[in-house]
Amino acid sequence: VGAAVFFGCAAIAFGPAAALVLLTVAAEPLRVIVLVAGAFFWLLSLLGASLLWALSVQLSGREDAALLLPGAAAAVLLQELCRFACFKLLKKADEGLAMLSEDGRSPISLRQMAYVSGLSFGIISGVFSVLNILVDSAGPGTVGIHGDSPYYFITSAFLTMALVLLHTFWGVIFFDACERRRAGGLGLVVGGHLLVSGLTFLNPWYEASLGPILILTLCTGLWAFGTAGGSFHNVLKCLSCKR
Amino acid sequence: MITFMNNSDSEEEPCNERTSLMSAGSPPVPSYQDGLQASEAGEVQAHRKRRAGSSRGPNNTAGGEMSGSGVPVRESAPENEEEELTLKYGAKHVIMLFVPVTLCMIVVVATIKSVRFYTEKNGQLIYTPFSEDTPSVGQRLLNSVLNTIIMISVIIVMTVFLVLLYKYRCYKFIHGWLILSSLMLLFLFTYIYLGEVLKTYNVAMDYPTLFLVIWNFGAVGMICIHWKGPLQLQQAYLIMISALMALVFIKYLPEWSAWVILGAISIYDLMAVLCPKGPLRMLVETAQERNEPIFPALIYSSAMMWTVGMAKPDTAARGPSQQTWDAAEDGREHHRSPSHADSQMSETRGPVPTRPVTSLEELEEEERGVKLGLGDFIFYSVLVGKAAATASGDWNTTLACFVAILIGLCLTLLLLAVFKKALPALPISITFGLIFYFSTDNLVRPFMDTLASHQLYI
Repeated sequence: VGAAVFFGCAAIAFGPAAALVLLTVAAEPLRVIVLVAGAFFWLLSLLGASLLWALSVQLSGREDAALLLPGAAAAVLLQELCRFACFKLLKKADEGLAMLSEDGRSPISLRQMAYVSGLSFGIISGVFSVLNILVDSAGPGTVGIHGDSPYYFITSAFLTMALVLLHTFWGVIFFDACERRRAGGLGLVVGGHLLVSGLTFLNPWYEASLGPILILTLCTGLWAFGTAGGSFHNVLKCLSCKR
Repeated sequence: MITFMNNSDSEEEPCNERTSLMSAGSPPVPSYQDGLQASEAGEVQAHRKRRAGSSRGPNNTAGGEMSGSGVPVRESAPENEEEELTLKYGAKHVIMLFVPVTLCMIVVVATIKSVRFYTEKNGQLIYTPFSEDTPSVGQRLLNSVLNTIIMISVIIVMTVFLVLLYKYRCYKFIHGWLILSSLMLLFLFTYIYLGEVLKTYNVAMDYPTLFLVIWNFGAVGMICIHWKGPLQLQQAYLIMISALMALVFIKYLPEWSAWVILGAISIYDLMAVLCPKGPLRMLVETAQERNEPIFPALIYSSAMMWTVGMAKPDTAARGPSQQTWDAAEDGREHHRSPSHADSQMSETRGPVPTRPVTSLEELEEEERGVKLGLGDFIFYSVLVGKAAATASGDWNTTLACFVAILIGLCLTLLLLAVFKKALPALPISITFGLIFYFSTDNLVRPFMDTLASHQLYI
């Protein structure tokens, strides 16, 4: 469909992620390591989910598409489980770093690690969802020639962007909830993830899927902002460049 | 193998020695031209350095003095400060290895995906004589295992040959061998590569221009690698030759053999470095007995100011063994060249870093560097390149292998910080890479494809 679609959709899908990585992660080696570690954990969860799905397809003998709903649900739950495992590991690493440092504080805070690991989950999840599609979009073809929606690429790009941001926010909220042992936060993250995944099942009815997902992204973002200690007051202070 | 090798002389050092992720603390390599005069001072410094956890072998007097003054204070620093320094530098040095490994893989994957030449089947190396064109699965498996056995035996023979050469002090022979192989890699393989790239993009180039380009590229490469040159240029050349070698392997190793060889070579790496009778370990110990650096091997050095002209025994040992595989393997001999370059570069860098070093931390930052053997670069890139070439046009597999290798490297560096001795860099990364390749290609791909066809997101 052309290079324009490729670059446009790639920018939509990964623009915010790239900006976040370049501005906040790339300069700090520890954060880059956490980024790669988060991606590794997400891949583990995907491996588990694919294994489960392949097994269930084999065992049940039904066609693949019918098992997608439970498959996707299992994938979501496994992802959250791996996020929890990531939390445990990072917490241990945080304690280790604090122990080794001279002033008893680790060079990276758990909140920063929450943000970076959420971002890494988002990036790797987005890449795995959309990279093959993007590469196809650079080549020849007609979108929706068999009657599917012609907006496939652009909606995929927006969905990926939303997913990347959502993972980042969920990471922050999840780690905070785990740290303070609040099951409510955990439940809402898992529920939110299941909801988003379920909404994508409504594709290609994009008003019902893409719209709510974007609204959900905004709300989750505000919630994560509050969890991380932000407030309207902080925003004003930041904008007025006061210290 | 890995450059972090802190050779077994660590037993003699005091137990608060931090040899951590930094490059090997082996005594500095005396340049063959300049004789050993620098090595005495260098060794003292090196020992002190090793004790302080710095990795570089100060081959230059200026650096040596500064490090000398810097070291005692560092040693008196509290234990946890040293540890903290270690870890803090650890993260930075992990990134200093991530970047070149990533660059090498990017070059290899980009070439594989665009230049058709490297994915065409055009014969095999003589070290993998059994063809995989048989219809039955069992026969194919058997052939690939036989190929692997032959390849690994060749490597073992060459490594033992190298150990013998080293034992009987045939340095000139090794040196000449290295130069010959890097010549072949920098000129012949670059010529082939350039030819194929030009063919792919249908760009015409006349022979005089081609000659000029190749000549300049090769000559500067030889100088940078074997003699002196800017650090970043040397690093760039090392990355390029690793990529070229990896591409040759990807082209000439048949599919199943390649995977089995990758697995076997990580096991070999593990045994050669860790077993007491392993050839690489014997090489290290011989060098220790003689109190001289293990002869220069192909090492990628990421030292910030002073390159450490340390020989990396593992790569050294592996270098020649693999080099003798065939012409293509001469790339491994390149592994040797950089170390020569390192030692000489460090000599020349002596007078260069005269900018005032104000604080100790700054000094430490400038001293430390990490090294990774080029063999590791090559095999990482072979794995990712094979994944890109054979994974049914899927980018997810390539990416999964890439993440797996980076995580393996990170874990290896962590183990290095814990154990503080020479460690093989291949096993963990290659194991993760293989696991992720096969599982992503067979399990994840159908799942993600089905999800994508319905535009579902998980």
